[in-house]
Amino acid sequence: MAAAVTQGIGATAALSSANSNKFQFTTRRSLSERKGSSFVIRSDGNPRVDLNQHSNRTRQLVTNAVSTKPDSASASTVSKPGHELLLFEALREGLEEEMDRDPHVCVIGEDVGHYGGSYKVTKGLADKYGDLRVLDTPIAENSFTGMAIGAAMTGLRPVVEGMNMGFLLLAFNQISNNCGMLHYTSGGQFKIPVVIRGPGGVGRQLGAEHSQRLESYFQSIPGIQMVACSTAYNAKGLMKAAIRSENPVILFEHVLLYNLKERIPDEEYVLNLEEAEMVRPGEHVTILTYSRMRYHVMQAAKTLVNKGYDPEVIDIRSLKPFDLYTIGNSVKKTHRVIIVEECMRTGGIGASLTASINENFHDYLDAPIVCLSSQDVPTPYAASLEEWTVVQPAQIVAAVEQLCQ
Amino acid sequence: MGFLGTINPSSWSSYFTHNHASWCKYIRYPTSISCKQPTLFTSHRFKSVKPENQLDSMHNGNDAQVLNFPGGMVKFTPDLKFMSESLEERIHCYRVLDDFGQPISNDFVQIDEEMAVKMYKDMVTLQIMDTIFYEAQRQGRLSFYVTAIGEEAINIASAAALHMDDLVFPQYREAGVLLWRGFTLQEFANQCFGNKYDNGKGRQMPIHYGSNKHNYFTVASTVATQLPHAVGAAYALKMDGRDACTITYFGDGGTSTGDFHAALNFAAVMEAPVIFFCRNNGWAISTPVADQFRSDGIVVRGQAYGVRSIRVDGNDALAVYSAVHEARKMAISECRPVLIEALTYRAGHHSTSDDSSKYRPVEEIEWWRVARDPVTRFRNWIEREGWWSAHAESELRNSIRKQVLHAIQNAEKVEKPTVREIFTDVYDVPPSNLSDQEISLRETIERHPQDYPPDCPTS
Repeated sequence: MAAAVTQGIGATAALSSANSNKFQFTTRRSLSERKGSSFVIRSDGNPRVDLNQHSNRTRQLVTNAVSTKPDSASASTVSKPGHELLLFEALREGLEEEMDRDPHVCVIGEDVGHYGGSYKVTKGLADKYGDLRVLDTPIAENSFTGMAIGAAMTGLRPVVEGMNMGFLLLAFNQISNNCGMLHYTSGGQFKIPVVIRGPGGVGRQLGAEHSQRLESYFQSIPGIQMVACSTAYNAKGLMKAAIRSENPVILFEHVLLYNLKERIPDEEYVLNLEEAEMVRPGEHVTILTYSRMRYHVMQAAKTLVNKGYDPEVIDIRSLKPFDLYTIGNSVKKTHRVIIVEECMRTGGIGASLTASINENFHDYLDAPIVCLSSQDVPTPYAASLEEWTVVQPAQIVAAVEQLCQ
Repeated sequence: MGFLGTINPSSWSSYFTHNHASWCKYIRYPTSISCKQPTLFTSHRFKSVKPENQLDSMHNGNDAQVLNFPGGMVKFTPDLKFMSESLEERIHCYRVLDDFGQPISNDFVQIDEEMAVKMYKDMVTLQIMDTIFYEAQRQGRLSFYVTAIGEEAINIASAAALHMDDLVFPQYREAGVLLWRGFTLQEFANQCFGNKYDNGKGRQMPIHYGSNKHNYFTVASTVATQLPHAVGAAYALKMDGRDACTITYFGDGGTSTGDFHAALNFAAVMEAPVIFFCRNNGWAISTPVADQFRSDGIVVRGQAYGVRSIRVDGNDALAVYSAVHEARKMAISECRPVLIEALTYRAGHHSTSDDSSKYRPVEEIEWWRVARDPVTRFRNWIEREGWWSAHAESELRNSIRKQVLHAIQNAEKVEKPTVREIFTDVYDVPPSNLSDQEISLRETIERHPQDYPPDCPTS
């Protein structure tokens, strides 16, 4: 029984043919305008222990940090074996490297200091950097987010941890009215390079209030960027990129992905915030997903391959803005799109992505876009009920089969 | 005055011994308290909850009278007695000059002629600028304006007591602070008209000034959101070990927000060098203070958070100057927040969208505007000191009036920012979707030029 809602969206007839030509993405302007937005730095030091000494630095522009095989753990750009760690440790490693590199980077949040964070992402950092750089705050999300904004305008680069993304709803005023806005309304005089991060998504029986998908609420705010990590490799790379970005970035982690183990490169790398990740190239259908749903999709992909389908799986990673270049190229190739997300049906990332693809690539679609999302209900506590509100691999397989008839 | 329990001023100290090097870098040693003893306010407590002087004997403790709960030691009492909701007497208000500009205190920070005259000139400039800009709005030349009539002393005197390195986080009634720091009349006019010379590039309503050059953070319309910003900025200053503090202004209405509570709490816990300056002018649009809170104003709340506080006469320039001067010293040398409540009266309307005669008597407004004018009061003092004259007065007022009118006329004529500025500064670099939206808009304007304002340049 298909429990998650599926919906085919009819091609929008409102667009004239003249308009659709405008939105062909042949270049990535935003990338070229920034210098060195993604690069690999070679380091001679042992990256796990002492990240202070980087002697020989050579910069190479790597335009795509992707994992090309569905089953391999990560793409190593060099032959070094790398080291294995869990996703939350990868986040910490990225954070630590950035804190070593730039003394202005600091962490603000509840229980991030000596407790090490509720998911241990900041474990050990307070001992290493002191109580001021890893700041424990009282319980007032609007206030410590506001603090981070003020500190950022004064030259620091704070990383704000929401203990659970849902708590950041209390900080919505500061995030929307100040974080996203002050660079613009001040005429560019004050910049706000904050990173706001935390775990979100549907976990294991955490209850409705702790299962929020904030990306749907935040996606409309102008001035912020949003990324979602899904593997240890991209978690570390996105964390570093977010900290280095001059814009406010919201980094979405998922409660159930923190213990994913992966082998990541020893040398330093930073990923591009606006890029999607090609997880599995294919020919028949484009499946767009992010965060935890990537794993449900890959599980479904195994079944689909056995049944003779060839799905192309893209982890969109960048939730705002969408990487329409990668997505567009894929749509032009397969002509069929399924979006698999954890957001609710109404107003989620999938809804915006559907509109965006329809607007830009409707000439290339052979069928309406299918969007698999959670229902418009608060997440129930009971395990069985909770499972039915999240898109399951079986539904993904069924949707692909139906779409590719 | 005492506390109910021993509060360890730095519970962080045990942590710091682990990181001595980083400790020295990030924490400044408190020097001896250079300000006068805080005997400026009194409070009365009921006998049964008054902490005895035998606080020290608690440490030798087998005393069954105390117990070490989390948060510190507390003495027990057998009396079921509640602390009163208010003190017997309201906290006293610090004042240096009487209503006629005569000094009634010896306890204030002396200022020299040059400083006094500059302060006075800026107070007059602020008053004239407000009057003329308000009239310009009434004439339809400006869309909106907010005056600081009645609060000139707060604006100028507090700014004068600060240094240029101190960061200012304003609400919206503190244009005088920016004026003191060197923002020109032309720059004020440019922002109000939103022309291409505006720092904000025409993106904000009038009076939402901002200038990083002057360390004055752009005004946001949201109430009291700047308080946590100020705390965060103070935290940044502390981490950098800079000899500067932050100051943030807000009204009596702003103290009801959640951000006020959390910012004061944070600043106290984090020991951040921030001055919280409350302009208690009696009104939040039409809400009088009696409907805003039931505490004795704002000053009493400081102690609730562990923040040192003072109440001053906001219409007394010398009192405001002294209070901010001392608060700044305390904030920086002791690395602590300070709360200043300046009592004053909002002699103008809330904004040009408000007619306050609808909710308060016109006689009351007039009385405060004339009989209690802070500018007049200060002028009486400097005249008495021999630093000012009637001739200088008329000369100044004429000159300023001309300059303000001139600035308005100039600003009106300057063209507005281009269409491009709709899309820049949303991010550091415009992303592709915004670039495409700009192209789309430009094409639409080209196709239908008659539907778009003629004075809006497209390039």
